[in-house]
Amino acid sequence: MNLKHLREIAHAGIWKSNTGLVQLLGLCPILAVSTNLINGISLGLATAVVMAISGAVVAALRTLIPYEIRIPVFILIIAALVTVLDLAFNAYLHSLYLVLGIFVPLIVTNCIVLARVEAFAAKNGPLSSAVDGFAMGAGLVWLLALLGGMRELIGTGHLFNGIDMIIPSAQPLRVLPEAYPGFLVAILPPGAFISLACLIAGKSWLDARAAKRAAQARPAAEQPASA
Amino acid sequence: MTEPTAGGLSIRTALAMLVFTVVFTAFMAGGYLLTRDPIQRSAKAEKLLLIDQILPRGSYDNALLDDVAKLPPTPELGLDQGGQVWRARRAGQPAALVMEAAAPDGYAGRIELIVAVAADGQVLGARVTQHRETPGLGDYVDPRKDKNKARPWINQFEKPANDLPPSAWTVKKDGGAFDYNTGATISARAVTRAVGRVAAYAAAHRDALFQ
Repeated sequence: MNLKHLREIAHAGIWKSNTGLVQLLGLCPILAVSTNLINGISLGLATAVVMAISGAVVAALRTLIPYEIRIPVFILIIAALVTVLDLAFNAYLHSLYLVLGIFVPLIVTNCIVLARVEAFAAKNGPLSSAVDGFAMGAGLVWLLALLGGMRELIGTGHLFNGIDMIIPSAQPLRVLPEAYPGFLVAILPPGAFISLACLIAGKSWLDARAAKRAAQARPAAEQPASA
Repeated sequence: MTEPTAGGLSIRTALAMLVFTVVFTAFMAGGYLLTRDPIQRSAKAEKLLLIDQILPRGSYDNALLDDVAKLPPTPELGLDQGGQVWRARRAGQPAALVMEAAAPDGYAGRIELIVAVAADGQVLGARVTQHRETPGLGDYVDPRKDKNKARPWINQFEKPANDLPPSAWTVKKDGGAFDYNTGATISARAVTRAVGRVAAYAAAHRDALFQ
């Protein structure tokens, strides 16, 4: 295991197999929470922390867990970790808890965590697993920020609604002119599906373009590219 | 190594499961015990911060959160499950009541409130504590979501006239005394009527509530 390996894991989590855009795991919280930028970033960060910790713990214990009952044990570990994390947040970082707290229990129900534990942490070491979990979470942070920002901007014309929960004196930023009436559909559930579909289409388009360029560049270089 | 029997395998698996369950349950129990006191303290501090918005801390001198009365299910206040009333006193004399209440008829279900009523029946203020009103439309009943930051809609309940007849406790559209945002009347009407019901209940049961 080396730095290159870790970078590959990070790239997979953030772009190549992004949980929200490619694996389409955990759509329920993604769609429900991405009504604005702040919520999106908050859920993303909370998920990243939980995934990094649960990945590392499961990877460290993986040789002790009997194969036949690994799924219930994984669920037990994740649920226990999230419960204690939730309590610790509430007790020691209360102002952060007021913002992130409602998202932490949502994470337990999120299949992303179990999926990454089963697909990655059960077969890899604690460090790689922590990086994998965090990278998957980071992929979720930018996706949720983009999705939330998009829906918020189109829906209300503002950005950073709810920032006063984090910085009491801060005000939401009005981006579109005062006369913008707001397009409520973007904030309501259908807007979540439509916005996510646009982002998935955008990523597919970027990937297709990159693949085309790579195909064009290869003959010019006159040597087989190392995929 | 011999092939394990079905019985042996299931006992071994069950034991492994049991060990993991015990270890992680103990981990959760430890976390709970360690965090219990700080969480209780911050929950109280948070509740008090919310109450501060409708009842200034200087207007009473008792430990407000410890002077609590439990209400049984009270349909007049919209409380199907019962609720709580905190009694503010000054030098031992009744000063104000902070009451939990709910409006059952919001656009998207129940809207939960706390309302402060002075001992003389004057409504001092109200806050929405929980609701599911449409984002960007009816959710202005919650001042954190109200676009009018300078003068949030809910501030109308900060000392309205003390002699309002019951029929005035609704929105202007229905002949009441309270403003509403055009296009989102239902949420405002539900909250206004609920605050009116709290005022009436507090006036009718004042002495019992302060007992």
